[in-house]
Order: sequence, then C-alpha cells, then structure tokens
Amino acid sequence: MSQGILLFIEQRDGVLNKTSLEAMVAAQGIASGTGEKLSAVVLGKSIGSIGAEIASKKLEGVHTVEDDKLAEYTSDGYVAALKQVVEKLDPRFVILSHTYQVRDFAPKLAAALRKTFVTDCVGFRVDGSEVVFTRQIFQGKINTDVRVTGASQVLASFQAGAYRADKAEAGESPAAITSLEVNMTDIKIRTQAEPKFQEAKQAVDLSQAPLIVAVGRGIKNQENIDIVKKLAQALGAEIAASRPICDNEWLPMDRQIGSSGQTVAPKLYLAVGISGAIQHVVGMKNSQTIVAINKDAEAPIFDIADYGIVGDLFEIVPALTAEIAKVKGEG
Amino acid sequence: MNIVVCLKQVPKKDSILRIAADGKWIDERDISYEMSEADSYALEEALRQKEKHGGEVIVISLGPERVRQSIKEALAKGADRAIHLQDAVFDTATDAAGVARALGAALKAEKCDLILTGLQSDDYGFAQVGLILAEQMNLPSATIVMEVQPEGDTVRVKRELESGWFQWVRLPMPALLTIQSGINQLRYATLKGIMAAKKKEIREVKAADLGLTSDDLKASQTIERAYLPEKTKRTEFIEGKPADAAAKLVERLRFDARVI
Repeated sequence: MSQGILLFIEQRDGVLNKTSLEAMVAAQGIASGTGEKLSAVVLGKSIGSIGAEIASKKLEGVHTVEDDKLAEYTSDGYVAALKQVVEKLDPRFVILSHTYQVRDFAPKLAAALRKTFVTDCVGFRVDGSEVVFTRQIFQGKINTDVRVTGASQVLASFQAGAYRADKAEAGESPAAITSLEVNMTDIKIRTQAEPKFQEAKQAVDLSQAPLIVAVGRGIKNQENIDIVKKLAQALGAEIAASRPICDNEWLPMDRQIGSSGQTVAPKLYLAVGISGAIQHVVGMKNSQTIVAINKDAEAPIFDIADYGIVGDLFEIVPALTAEIAKVKGEG
Repeated sequence: MNIVVCLKQVPKKDSILRIAADGKWIDERDISYEMSEADSYALEEALRQKEKHGGEVIVISLGPERVRQSIKEALAKGADRAIHLQDAVFDTATDAAGVARALGAALKAEKCDLILTGLQSDDYGFAQVGLILAEQMNLPSATIVMEVQPEGDTVRVKRELESGWFQWVRLPMPALLTIQSGINQLRYATLKGIMAAKKKEIREVKAADLGLTSDDLKASQTIERAYLPEKTKRTEFIEGKPADAAAKLVERLRFDARVI
C-alpha cells in the first residue's frame, strides 16, 4: 500500500524555485486532510543548503539525491532518478509545482511509473480518504473537479500562484535530512544542454512601473496598437502586452507580461483586449487595481478585474484617452 | 526527414462556453471547432522543415468525424498524408495516458525522425500526451520549443525556460518535440493546396485495428464537476456610451481606487 506524500523541490543552479514552496502549501494541506506524512525530495549536486532550507518547514523529512548526472537538469536524468526514488519510498501522492522544468520531465516520469498525473491544479479537496483536484480547462475559462479512480498512486502538479509561498508552515524543529542513493551508472543522458541565456537584455523593467496599459489579441492588427499607445501616453503609463502581440512582433518581447514574460504588480493595470488566459494572468494578478476592457463579457480577465467595461475597445480606448487628457488638463 | 505531427481539434478560441446539463463538460451544441493553436504551429514547423530538408509530413489525430475538417486543413497546407483514429472505443480515452496509448499504437508502423506536438491543447491543457508518447516509444524529448535545427542525425532545439530565459539542447533523432505557439508564422492553405489535398490519403483507424479495447484506454481521471470559476474579486461593470463609461471609469480610478 502506497503511503505518504512526496513533494518535489525544484532547484536550478543551486537556487530554490520559490514555486516549490507554493506547492508545499498544497502538500501540507493534503497531509493534514488525509493524515498522510509529508516528505520532500531535492535532486542535484551539492544541494545541502537547499535541503536545509526545506528542512526548516513543517514536514517529516527531506531526501537529497546527489549524482554527477543530476548536476545539470536533464529530462533523462530526472526521470531515471525520481523513478527510483518513488519506487523506493512508494508515496500515495507525488506533488510538484507546474513549472517549465516539471512540464519537461514529469509526464515522462508518470508514464515510466505507469501512474496518472493530474497537471496544473489550482486547488484540492479531501473527500474521505481521497483527494479531488481542481484544474482549469479552456485556458482558465472553466474549472473542473477531477477524481482519480483505480489508482493507488497519483502525481499532481499545482499552478504557479495557486498558493502563496509565505503560507508554507515552518516546522517546530528541523526535519531530518537523509541522502538517498540512486543507481545512475547505466542511465544514458541523451540530451546535451548548452548554457541558458536571455534573448536581449531586458531593456525595460516593467516590474517597477506604477501604471501599466497592456494590450492583447483584441487589438486585431499592428496599426491599431497606436490607440493603446496614446492611452498609455496620456496616463504616463508603460505599455505592455500579452504573448500573441509579442509573438507577432507588434511590440518587443521585453514588453510581454505573463509566465514567459515579466511578472508585475503595479498600482493600475489596464488590460485592453486581453481575454485573460492563465499564462497572462499569473504575470499580473497581484496588481493593486485591475481594469479590463473587452468585448466578451465572459472573458476570464473580468474574474480578476476591479472595474470592467464590456464593449468595443476601438470606441472606448479613444474616449478614455480623451477623458484622461481632459482631467489632466484640469489638474 | 519524416515528421509526424499530432493534431488535436478543439472548440474555437472565441467560443462562448456554457456548462452542459450534466455539469461535467461544456455544452457542445453550437460550438465550432479548429486546430488547437500550438498544434497548428507544430504543423507549420513540420512543413517548413520538410521544405528545407525533404521527406514526408504525416498528421495524426484522434477524435470524431468533425476532426476530418482539421485533418483536411493540414493536408491542404502541405502535409502528405493523415491517420485518423476514429470510433466509439477511442471516445473512452479522455485522459492523456489513453490518448497517448492510442497514438503510440497507431504510430508503431511509422518510421519517423521527429514527432511534433503542440505544448498543450487549448481545451484540456494536460501538456502530457507528447511526453507520455515519447516515454512509450523510448524517445528523447524537449518541450516548449522555439526553434528547430536538424544537424545530421541530431536536432538542436531552442527551449523556452521561464521569465525570458532560453536554452539550446541537442537530441539524437528520432526525438519528440513539443512546440510553443509563435515559433513561426502560420500559412494559409492555397486553392491549389486545397485541390491537391483531395487526392491525399486519410487512413481511418479503428481501435480494433490496433488491438485496443476500451479497457486499454480507460481514463484514470474523471471530471466530476465542471463549473465557472468563482470570482476572486467583485468587478464593478461600468456601462453607458463610450464617453460616459470613460468618464465614470476615470472618476473611479481617481477618487475610489486613487491610482491616477
């Protein structure tokens, strides 16, 4: 019988990925709801300090797995090592954060273990001895409660921002850190990674901007961006965009907000023609005041907006620009 | 170079989604469908690689009769032939593992250098089918790929990491890549392409042809309830003509929210 909960802790170049602490909040909640014991696992090479940092949290133990073949992240290395770890510890739940690294290896791990993997969860509910996971479909437009049937062991990943890292409970005393042996001698790492890099120096640091006007797909074409630029100018705001706009090179990549761009929390975030796909929302949902202008009243951006105007942005944006100019003129 | 592209058909991006009467899925009446966005970029990438390096592009899709429309679109854009997994047994494959198992069984007979999928679908968004398929077929893989450069019997790909970071990774072929939206510029099918597609093969495959039963494809995950997300904030909707709405909004931002 599988028992306990194993939390995967992500590190890259010896730096803890903070979203692992967000997943820890979920894992601690599942532990207290089910009565299962929680432990964590970290993979890498010379990762003692991360092990110690995690051991300060409320959990039963931390397993460190160190090997030369785990010094750099590779999908092959992580799948091989974690497969052995999961087979050895036999946890009922393996909890991960839904990061790009996890997305790169965890589905393979699940397949290698022949277990089911519930991805990108935003919540959970303990139902008797079972756990029902909440995950979003249609890019955040609809929530679903997902029940796993006929499986003794389940992997689940939690979306970045679903829980707050500072809510991870600290332990009364440091948890025991144990080093776990895995046999990597016969494991062939098929991929060869080059050093990671940033495309262009981030010319603009949008995270410092107090006011941001962001534009999305609803703007339809490049020429129309001008009306949004004028609004930003009138407000004295920085202009930003959702991914499709930068993919089309209508605005430079360093203006992109979201999981693959910048994360911001300005005083005012004014979203124009942005539907609010989850990849965008994770980059701006902590903004103090959110305004959304969109033709679709059902767009998920309205779920997080403080003020909303449903209508034609091509009429509303120029009217708003004029109004702001008028008000500023008065001041 | 032979490339397989896994395509999924999903409800159109701007569809108004309503919950079905049973509360477990969306109401599919009046929904029109299209190729999942990231999959169309995967297809485009395959076509571009074929144009540079020769070979064949084979598309494979699992789903009901309507999926043929997306398959035809792929053929019209330049794919050479297609495999369509279609019958009631495949409908039981509603989680990623089941779909991957069916695709894997159908691809057994194909000799290919690359398998491309979108990084995730626009409906379920599992982000798993490609990788499970890779594991079943014992293929190396790379996810969230932004550039593909075949070099001899290897392929060098640019992977997107988080927060604006990237990394080049080299893999031996055959390999499976999951493609990020925006990797290239999508083409439209030409009239000539549409005409040519009429002569191209769409092979219909039934579960029994692959020796699969509904037990083999049965999902471990079931949606117990589908519902609209609870609002985390109370949105004040501002109505009226554009100029009036703009004036009201500015007033709220100045005197209530005090952000401008």
